[in-house]
Amino acid sequence: MRGAWIIAGFALRESLRKRVFVVVALLTVAFLGLYALGTWQISQESGQWAPDDGIEGDVIAGATLLGLSMFATLFLGAILAVFLTLSAVRGDAERGLLQPMIVRPLSRGTFLLGRYIAAASVCAAYVIAVFLAAVVITNAFIGWWPDRLLVPALELGAAVAVIAALALAGSVVLSSTANGIAVFMIFGAGLTAGLLGQIAEPEALNSETLENVSRTASWILPFEALYLSALSAVTADTVGFTRFAINLGPFGGAESFGVLLGPFVLAYVATIGAAALWAFKRRDL
Amino acid sequence: MPDALVAQDLRKHYGPTWALKGVDLRIGEGELVGLLGPNGAGKSTFVKIVCGLVRPSGGSFAVSGSFGYLAELFRFPDWLSADEVLVLHQKLAGSSGGARERADLLELVGLTEFSERRVAAMSKGMQQRLGIAQAMIGDPRLLLLDEPTSALDPAGRRTVRELLETLRSRGVAVLLNSHLLSEIELVCDRVAIIARGELVAAGTPDELSRSGGVEVDTGRGTRQFPRATREDIPAIVRELVEAGDDVYEIRLVRSTLEDTYLEVVGGR
Repeated sequence: MRGAWIIAGFALRESLRKRVFVVVALLTVAFLGLYALGTWQISQESGQWAPDDGIEGDVIAGATLLGLSMFATLFLGAILAVFLTLSAVRGDAERGLLQPMIVRPLSRGTFLLGRYIAAASVCAAYVIAVFLAAVVITNAFIGWWPDRLLVPALELGAAVAVIAALALAGSVVLSSTANGIAVFMIFGAGLTAGLLGQIAEPEALNSETLENVSRTASWILPFEALYLSALSAVTADTVGFTRFAINLGPFGGAESFGVLLGPFVLAYVATIGAAALWAFKRRDL
Repeated sequence: MPDALVAQDLRKHYGPTWALKGVDLRIGEGELVGLLGPNGAGKSTFVKIVCGLVRPSGGSFAVSGSFGYLAELFRFPDWLSADEVLVLHQKLAGSSGGARERADLLELVGLTEFSERRVAAMSKGMQQRLGIAQAMIGDPRLLLLDEPTSALDPAGRRTVRELLETLRSRGVAVLLNSHLLSEIELVCDRVAIIARGELVAAGTPDELSRSGGVEVDTGRGTRQFPRATREDIPAIVRELVEAGDDVYEIRLVRSTLEDTYLEVVGGR
């Protein structure tokens, strides 16, 4: 385990020196700045949200904006996860960076674990921080708090940890560029599954088949299930016509995946890790 | 004390191509062994198997104690300084040598004044020397050096040669994989030549530099005795003098390691 922490520390320092964090920080500042601006603009129209016919304007506006920000947060987290891991194994081996380290009394499993600890912890901390910042901005301008705070934050963090696991596993078998493309395509596939679920809702196509496809795809790509579950938790207690209005926005596909989602994600990441280790052990460097 | 390295019938294939076809090699305590062979002969594959970077297809090997390795093609993170590279490898190797060990190693490879220099700002030769220092972290019992002088100028090569002599005196076994026959001949106790994945010759440089007979300059010209050895010289001289020849000079003709190498690898 000591070796895993050494590798994790090295990976974090590498990220700092390579200015990955600087790029992501700039993107984050730009995103949060624009999000604050957009939220402020919406809040200026708050006069039109006077409670009428059971519609809570601040809830609809706040939840819709926060839901959109969660999508952006997950996307930024995915970028960070991919760039922290895309060349961790094959890319570094091709450049001759990996060999001097891997011949040390350091198992390949320890190396992978160290890289994963670094990427997953940084990405999870990042999306949780950005999510909380978005929540504070939303409340500052619109005066609305999400129904749940901790659960969606943790689920977003877990979602990027899953993406980091996929990107790290991909780095064992794919070159850096191919891995980056593959992970973003997988990420896109997950989002598409969510969109399918959204248009399958009773308010739209009301298609059970599409809903099943979406749900199955979300289990196969559990970062999407975690994202949808986080969305669901944000407005968990919202009901009535406000609920209906919210579902027309980014919350259309939001749904809870139940208590099995957590254990399933753990098993999923462990399986991805085991597959990556199996492939890594068979790779000649 | 057991041998530093024992490899038996080591084999490796990449698809249908055999890189190693069953190589046996032993390296004793403090022994400096040179591994020679043409490109693609299987030298680097052999070294990588011993390091655990490549999985063998068959055979076995055993390394006694810790080892250090310098790859033929390697890079260190260019954002680290020379000292930071060594700190990282000290941690990975579990070395407790601390700053003293790092200073000693940098001095040994002539990089003391560049300890704070970033790898990105180092020449290829300096990086190669840093690579050698890195391989020596933790006081390994066996050092596996894959083309350690490929990027070095003549002064750098001499430094490495002196370094190898120092290591031998400390009892460190070294497997030196190199294309440079002269270098191997100068420093190695034994030489192993690999060609087409097979060990085709092995022995001390003297054993591989075989006798090529005796040449004698006489009053009637140069006489050659191609099968003669050093022990035959007194009899040859006696015969020539008794036959009335004047003997001016006698030379023991030896084939060089290069001649032997070219012969066994099929270069001529």
